[in-house]
Amino acid sequence: MNSAFDLRMGESHIEVHKFRTGAILISTLLALVFQAWFPVHFARVALLDLPLLVTIYFGLSRRNPSTGLLLGTAIGLLQDSLSGPTVPLGLFGIAKTVIGYLASSIGARLDTEHPAARFALTAGFFIIHQAVVALTRRILLAQPEPWLNLHLFGAALVNALVAVVLFILLDRLRRQS
Amino acid sequence: MPSRHKSLVLLAGVILLQVLLLAVQIKRDSQGRLIRTWTVGAVSPFERAGSYVFGSFRDTWRSYFALRGTKKDNDDLRRENDELKLRMVQLEGKAAEADRFAALLHFRQSQTDVPMVAARVIGGGPSTASFTIALDRGERDGIRKDMGVITPDGVVGKIIDAYPNTSQVLLLTDERSGVGAKLADSGIQSPVGGLGEAMLTMKYFPNDDDVSVGARVVTSGMDRIFPRDLPVGTITEIKPGNPFKQIRIKPAANLEKLEEVLVLLTLRPLREPEPVAVKPDVPAASNSAPPQVANP
Repeated sequence: MNSAFDLRMGESHIEVHKFRTGAILISTLLALVFQAWFPVHFARVALLDLPLLVTIYFGLSRRNPSTGLLLGTAIGLLQDSLSGPTVPLGLFGIAKTVIGYLASSIGARLDTEHPAARFALTAGFFIIHQAVVALTRRILLAQPEPWLNLHLFGAALVNALVAVVLFILLDRLRRQS
Repeated sequence: MPSRHKSLVLLAGVILLQVLLLAVQIKRDSQGRLIRTWTVGAVSPFERAGSYVFGSFRDTWRSYFALRGTKKDNDDLRRENDELKLRMVQLEGKAAEADRFAALLHFRQSQTDVPMVAARVIGGGPSTASFTIALDRGERDGIRKDMGVITPDGVVGKIIDAYPNTSQVLLLTDERSGVGAKLADSGIQSPVGGLGEAMLTMKYFPNDDDVSVGARVVTSGMDRIFPRDLPVGTITEIKPGNPFKQIRIKPAANLEKLEEVLVLLTLRPLREPEPVAVKPDVPAASNSAPPQVANP
């Protein structure tokens, strides 16, 4: 059995990864910049949610729910800020707060180093993220928002696929223990 | 607190803050900003509760404590109400008096050839056994002993004492009183006298003569006090007797509520007066003088 899927009974058995100084900040800023810049030139790239992938990655790696949800909050609010007047502050903030918490919580219980696990978790988190966004839009903004459709399902798979590659790149920012 | 719970609390707090942040920004067309809608929704129950409590307190205050001066106002209003009631009674009395004077005047105008003087009843008999009244007119007004006293309704009695300014009348209901009378329809004559009660009696009506209840009795003029054909009363009860029938008569004049009367200054016969509608008497306290209709 692959060690990445071993269920660890205590958090003390899970390795908490630390990153080089400024790695999280720079990664986050780059994700936000690319997220704001890429769709302008490549429309199809708009289905990518790089800030979400960064949130998931550092949540799974840091394995601390508090820091995970705070990181998600920060990334989400920054994304909201860059999204223009049509997206109110807090829309993606709430969604990424939830994802940061869930990713950190799951990362504290499961070894999520295996690419397949990362793929599945990312796809699942993408759908949850979309569900929270839809919920927020429907309830608070009274705006129509699909819970999940084929396009979003495809986007979940694409993001999961990108996440597998991206997470490998981000693994290089880890500080060697 | 375990770290798991700490993170849950932190999660809830962060989400709540962001929800509030959203609410501050979101503006719905019909309700304004969402934060305002939420705030109103959250505050309004307390406002309603406060309004209810304050309203209850205010109502209690207004209904009880603020009514301290109400007793005085109530007393003043009650006193004013009593005064108005008294005033109304006085006015009603004056109106009734005016009606009676109008009836007297009408009667007097219908008897222009008969001298008479109007007088006000100023006193009653000194005892229950004495059916007399006192008038405010006397010898100076031409009143003499044995003159007849009437109202437009019928015979009242006769003058038994005349003083310079007053006179005393023996009512027809007194046992000592009497008037020459006859049945208006058949002309059968018989004196009518008092019984010492409200009713009169026809004293010497033969058993052989026919008479029925409801028959009208008028003066015959034979007593030389009252002219003939003045109403005396109406027969209400007939019993066979020996040697005369026992006939009870209800007086035509309301002898129990006399206020103004006419004193006949002559024995000339009167014409049958036309019926006059007179309002029911109302107890009155009035000092106004009756109309002068005497001695044309």
